[in-house]
Amino acid sequence: MSDSKFTVGRRGVIKGGAALGAGLAAPTFFSRGAFADDHSYLNEPKGDTVTLGFNVPQTGAYADEGADELRAYKLAVKHLNGEGDGGMMNTFKPSMLKGNGILGKKVEYVTGDTQTKSDAARASAKRMIEKDGAVMITGGSSSGVAIAVQSLCQEAGVIFMAGLTHSNDTTGKDKRANGFRHFFNGYMSAAALAPVLKNSYGTDRNAYHLTADYTWGWTQEESIAASTEEMGWNTVKKVRTPLGAGDFSQYITPVLESGADTLVLNHYGKDMVNSLTQAVQFGLRDKQVNGKDFTIIVPLYSRLMAQGAGENVKGIFGSTNWHWSLSDEGSQAFVKSFGQEYGFPPSQAAHTCYVQTLLYANACEMAGTFAPCGVIDALEDFEFDGLGNGKTLYRGADHQCFKDVLVVKGKENPSSQFDILEVVEVTPAAQVTYSPDHSMFAGGELGSCNNGA
Amino acid sequence: MDALILQMMNGLDKGAAYALIALGLTLIFGTLGVVNFAHGALFMMGAFCAVVMQKILTLSVKVKDESITFFDAYKEVPYLETWYGETGSIIIDWAVPLSILLTIPVMMLVGYIMERGLIQYFYKRPHAEQILVTFGLAIVIQELIKSMFGANPIPTPAPEMFSGTAPIGSWFGLSENIVYPWWRIIYLIFSLTIIGMCFAFLRFTTFGMVVRAGMNDRETVGLLGINIEKRFTIVFALAAVVAGLAGAMYTPILSPDYHMGMDFLVLSFVVVVVGGMGSLPGAVAAGFLLGILQSAASMTEVKEIIPGIDQIIIYLVAVVILLARPRGLFGLKGVMED
Repeated sequence: MSDSKFTVGRRGVIKGGAALGAGLAAPTFFSRGAFADDHSYLNEPKGDTVTLGFNVPQTGAYADEGADELRAYKLAVKHLNGEGDGGMMNTFKPSMLKGNGILGKKVEYVTGDTQTKSDAARASAKRMIEKDGAVMITGGSSSGVAIAVQSLCQEAGVIFMAGLTHSNDTTGKDKRANGFRHFFNGYMSAAALAPVLKNSYGTDRNAYHLTADYTWGWTQEESIAASTEEMGWNTVKKVRTPLGAGDFSQYITPVLESGADTLVLNHYGKDMVNSLTQAVQFGLRDKQVNGKDFTIIVPLYSRLMAQGAGENVKGIFGSTNWHWSLSDEGSQAFVKSFGQEYGFPPSQAAHTCYVQTLLYANACEMAGTFAPCGVIDALEDFEFDGLGNGKTLYRGADHQCFKDVLVVKGKENPSSQFDILEVVEVTPAAQVTYSPDHSMFAGGELGSCNNGA
Repeated sequence: MDALILQMMNGLDKGAAYALIALGLTLIFGTLGVVNFAHGALFMMGAFCAVVMQKILTLSVKVKDESITFFDAYKEVPYLETWYGETGSIIIDWAVPLSILLTIPVMMLVGYIMERGLIQYFYKRPHAEQILVTFGLAIVIQELIKSMFGANPIPTPAPEMFSGTAPIGSWFGLSENIVYPWWRIIYLIFSLTIIGMCFAFLRFTTFGMVVRAGMNDRETVGLLGINIEKRFTIVFALAAVVAGLAGAMYTPILSPDYHMGMDFLVLSFVVVVVGGMGSLPGAVAAGFLLGILQSAASMTEVKEIIPGIDQIIIYLVAVVILLARPRGLFGLKGVMED
């Protein structure tokens, strides 16, 4: 293909030189984690099949999201093996996928249950790597889990294609060479939301943050507060709430007399459903403060979760990685394929997992090997289109995808049970791009790739 | 001051739920001597009675959704709305209060089956075994509910007329900032009514008298020719109904999911222990006390002095009370002291 990434560039020369130097300096180095050694790597597929490991929450609070991820993975496997209508494989470009598996090997898969717990997720990933011979691990619906599994895959020497993870840390201070994230992050949500909030609510607002007390909540709070403060908003207070608090009334009542006119809910999943529902019950949306209508913002939306909050999401702004109502060719192909298979549209979690599988498969084709170091080299700085988010770059410096971000709003008059969010703006990738050494992402190193053999 | 009043209200509301669950736990422990770790699951099942009621009332005909063109999608129009128009919508809107009619018989049956089918075989077994079997049962119930209803919370809103806030500050000539959701006020009144009814039932009926006598001295009551076992089965069913009602009416406050019982169970056990094992007034008093303390500890002013106190206050108070008074606030001498 003319778009093949194998051109000799500065990066390639430096890496090749470094690998050669390392090889000469210490011959044993080749036995573990050497870039140039594509001949020996962990779980190299010997027969005519290759096994992928889908590590998703099958039990626990995010089980529904995990089930949707698994549906998407199964669909991706089907398409990769040349079955079905091909979905996004028809719109993905540049692509080397031919519908004959990956590198001519039929794709098979094993599944694990993350339970949305780091230790359980690591155990199931370990089992899939050691016992089932999975050459790549993917999935998950929590940043805590993603960071833990990413680190395990780095140590083991397999590729990790993250599922739904929104914390800055996943490709920030906790980034790893063997890990890749297609999903967007807290910084991007903030950068996309800020201009829309400014247009809708002006520059004179007092914001009160309620934040889930773990890595994702902290980084999102930091990102949103920084972006809104930059446009003139004042942050009245940041309050951390325990994960899974259930009843948020004791955290919501202080908002009533805090002087704040905006409530930012840095909550996801069940916490978001409960805190938003309860904030509405406490009359916050009917309130007037400082002569302004009180408003609520949910920076990270998920359609599956928004369904749980029912009527309460109407008119509330947030952001999302992808939405099934997008009209581009790729999105339509995916929604059609997924809808025909399962009878309902896919979630953003399903989308990112499906896309990650195609991207991995294509990288293997580009590299001509399943060896992690080769795959990493193919994915780094890979530019592609046709997967539902417009032109996208998998940045080599931190293994984060840079693409357009959707700002959405709870729909006032939904026409169906799936029609909960409306896309109000597609924020261009340039507006949400940051430098790899940005302070919110500083402190970590990718390190070197690990083939694990 | 406003904040303090609001947190007191929050505490009373939360405490009401704790008290209702703890009341059922204490009834079962006091009569049957069983430590029932499946009691949270009964609370959760009650909540799902409200969900089922909502589903029954919104039974729908599938109509092709023309807004989705990518594949064949259908939207649902409830039969009640098709048949009765506006009246049908009002009935659907009142699904949660109406679910009481479903919760009572269903939970009574669940309680009966649970006691006859499983719990009765563990009366004379050690507490550790009772805990293991009831905890296992709770997990089974949880997973059953999850397989039927999924893992995500299901929205079960209160009737539209109770969706706003009550200006309680204005009622008492205080700040206008003191407002409180109508449904939470209703939940508090509902809980107090149920608690009152339970106490009245045990205090003023012959059945209640026998149960109280049985709680004190099971053997003597048996020697008097009274079939105490049969009455205890009814008590178990009654406790299940109380937990179920607490759960059903709590659904507009907390969208139900399969795990909500476990979240309440642990705290309710602390409530029972603090109140005194086997003491019904103790369970109720400790429920409200710990609910209020938990809310008060969440106040910004308090957290600024001791960060994170809201997370540990209940356990801290439990430790202090148990150190000072090992049998709990209202505990009877000799109960669970061996």
